[in-house]
Amino acid sequence: MTDQAINESGSESVRSSTVSDDAFRGRLKRRHAADRRFRLIGLGAILVALTMLGIILVSIVGKGYTAFVATEIMLTVDLDRSVIDPKGTGDPAVIGAASYGKLIRDAMMAAFPEVKERRKLRSLFGLVSGEASHEIRQYVLDNPDAIGTRQAFWFPADDNIDMLVKGHIDRKSAEGDRKVSNDEIAWVEQLEASGAVRTVFNSRFFSSGDSREPEIAGVWGAVVGSFFMLVVTLLLSFPIAVMTAVYLEEFAPKNRWTDLIEVNINNLAAVPSIVFGLLGLAVFLNVMHLPRSAPIVGGLTLALMTLPTIVIAARAALGAVPPSIRQAALGMGASPMQTVLHHVLPLAMPGILTGTILGMARALGETAPLLMIGMVAFIVDIPSGVMDPATALPVQIYLWADSPERAFVEKTSGAIMVLLGFLIFMNAIAVLLRKRFERRW
Amino acid sequence: MPVSTLAIVLVLMALSAFYMGRRRATAAQANGGYRTSSRPHHHGLYLAIWVAIPAALVAAFWLLIQGYVIDSIVLADLPPAYADISPDRLNLLLQEIHSVAGGGIVGREVDDGLRLLAERYHDLSMIGDAARLVLVLGLAIGAFVFALRRISPRLQARERVEKVIMIFLIVASTISILTTVGIVLSLLFETMRFFDKVPITEFLFGLNWSPQTALRSDQVGSSGAFGAVPLFAGTLLITLIAMLVAVPIGLMSAVYMTEFASPRFRATVKPLLEILAGVPTVVYGFFAALTVGVFFRDLGDAIGLDIVSESALAAGVVMGVMIIPFVSSLSDDVINAVPQSLRDGSYGLGATRAETIRLVILPAALPGIVGAVMLAISRAIGETMIVVMAAGFAANLTANPLEAVTTVTVQIVGLLVGDQEFDSAKTLAAFALALVLFLVTLGLNVMALMFVRKYREKYD
Repeated sequence: MTDQAINESGSESVRSSTVSDDAFRGRLKRRHAADRRFRLIGLGAILVALTMLGIILVSIVGKGYTAFVATEIMLTVDLDRSVIDPKGTGDPAVIGAASYGKLIRDAMMAAFPEVKERRKLRSLFGLVSGEASHEIRQYVLDNPDAIGTRQAFWFPADDNIDMLVKGHIDRKSAEGDRKVSNDEIAWVEQLEASGAVRTVFNSRFFSSGDSREPEIAGVWGAVVGSFFMLVVTLLLSFPIAVMTAVYLEEFAPKNRWTDLIEVNINNLAAVPSIVFGLLGLAVFLNVMHLPRSAPIVGGLTLALMTLPTIVIAARAALGAVPPSIRQAALGMGASPMQTVLHHVLPLAMPGILTGTILGMARALGETAPLLMIGMVAFIVDIPSGVMDPATALPVQIYLWADSPERAFVEKTSGAIMVLLGFLIFMNAIAVLLRKRFERRW
Repeated sequence: MPVSTLAIVLVLMALSAFYMGRRRATAAQANGGYRTSSRPHHHGLYLAIWVAIPAALVAAFWLLIQGYVIDSIVLADLPPAYADISPDRLNLLLQEIHSVAGGGIVGREVDDGLRLLAERYHDLSMIGDAARLVLVLGLAIGAFVFALRRISPRLQARERVEKVIMIFLIVASTISILTTVGIVLSLLFETMRFFDKVPITEFLFGLNWSPQTALRSDQVGSSGAFGAVPLFAGTLLITLIAMLVAVPIGLMSAVYMTEFASPRFRATVKPLLEILAGVPTVVYGFFAALTVGVFFRDLGDAIGLDIVSESALAAGVVMGVMIIPFVSSLSDDVINAVPQSLRDGSYGLGATRAETIRLVILPAALPGIVGAVMLAISRAIGETMIVVMAAGFAANLTANPLEAVTTVTVQIVGLLVGDQEFDSAKTLAAFALALVLFLVTLGLNVMALMFVRKYREKYD
């Protein structure tokens, strides 16, 4: 452009800007306003996402924190010798077979002498959990000397009473709308007035297995099942993934076959988890005839599922080790294998472990593949090995979420909090590992 | 000897072989004359590998085939009472033999013929176990003696050991291929059997899905209907809703994070968003079923709309929330990869940040963003727990998001959870659905990777 042209156009723009200065300012203002709007939309998107996270957490914690306490009712039970051991044998077999339910019923009738009608009596006996008679039985078996005495016991309350005491059931609503009758509310209030109702830390929730009775159902069986499963998953997927990553990153020649392996691993990482469940069903159950709902099958299936995740993380960690390390080792006369095993792999290990823990956390929260391999069975016993029938924590959540009882809503939320606790713990370890050991070159 | 004990014995033998080999090499090295390339522990490893690996391979192989071999021996000369037994009954008989031989049936009368067969099975198993023990231990000891004699100053122990390690690495890397092959074969095999019972055209184009097959074939409506179109439609509807939630929110958060946010804001908010990705899907499912579904139903009551509590809307919205961090972190990477020079050029021309993003950065990043969205769609299609817990089970061909629809994954779970007879069309249908799911997600992933690769090549 010539000087003249600049001059001409310059003078023209000066002239036009004096004419339309306001129009220009107006346009600029609008553009800046649009800029601010855009920025606010972006911020709004983040806020919406964070609000959803907040709502989820608050609703879970709000529904679930009461799962960690349990309502107990105090009853003074007459450990009547004529019921427990009429012949005075002292034989544990006789004592164990006695009708402890009758003792509880007698204690109940003694506490509420005014209740006579058969139907009302039945609902009165239902105030305490069916577990109460087992507790007395255990107590008497442990302390045979107590037979014939009167003792005060704290028994777990029935799940509906538990809900009532915790305030999940509105006492003022119409009788037909709630699970507890007016009579039951009156009895509970009478007990509350006499100090015979208390809420304590729910240790049963953390120490027992599943149950049809919400008040005695616990997550421990599921936690142990998840633990065995993760052990199997870790033992299988970690070594295989590290070996795969080492081969692909350090040794593999660039050819069709290794390309295929790479593409394949990337695709496997995106296969829906339920498909792995079907693979587990077809291969481990129908072909290899491993036991259904055993942690070993779950562990094998989850191992196949987490394998690509760990391989990808391990390859990234290996690739981050600078080539100078390899060159120095090779220059000192180490073989390629020694270079990798003695120098590259140890340096990449923190990164690999971080990826592994994150993969394990994902495996711990996974539910869908476990449904396919029959881990949805109702299992009361705590598993004691990888071949025992077991359930897993997320599956337990799924099962409880499906149960109709109001009290299981609270248990479900409580179990979710336990699961989230484990996940936060694992992620915290991963973050710590990354902060503490990961080196940046 | 049970398998676990055998494994422990083998490990102990390998360990002692390792120490023995190393001591031998160390002692010989003291006299000089050893190759320096192989350290004493290489000789130890060489010995341990010889002891453990052939024996372990034989043990594993034996374990795999023993059951089949014994089954076929037992079935080869069945007593005449079982002469004209049908293949279905044969399987049942085999199971009974197994459980009687294993002491599994207690308290039930077992007839004599079965007891004889079970005893024969038991005897054969004992023989097999004993033979396995002798063979494996013999092999381990033989290999030990053989390898010990080969340890000498001239032996290239390190090279041998490294070669074995390399074989291990290669075998490990093929496991991922085997997994894919396993998925394809198991799905394909069962799907073929399904298409023997139900024509493929009915499955792909039929509008009616009610897989309830009756127990007896003469019952009314016993065949069931396997038209999967309502499932595909339901899956698409829920996926669409999820994308309508996840893509705008995820994309805009990524834009804000990369272009507007201060480093401190980014450092706090990014991990928080990632928590959303770390929440297990079963938790989302519980949240969708109990909180969001009920919320939408009450909202519908309030404004006079009829919204069922298992509406596609509730499941879709919650699934969208789950996918937000997925979309946002993928788009974050993509937007970060746009070269700074493009931004600088745009600012230099006087564009505002919003104009730069809308007119320069997003168009430049478009292929990558399309790839990210495709990955998100494949995620949504394969998501199971949210829809199992919050969407309906009944097939319902509708485009109305306020009604209950069902999805492919829900039906797979519904067909396979609980009691199942293995050969029924009902069970096999689950595998056919899973094959469709696998192929669709695979196609989406491959296409997404292609988009992303093309995009990378543009700016590298």
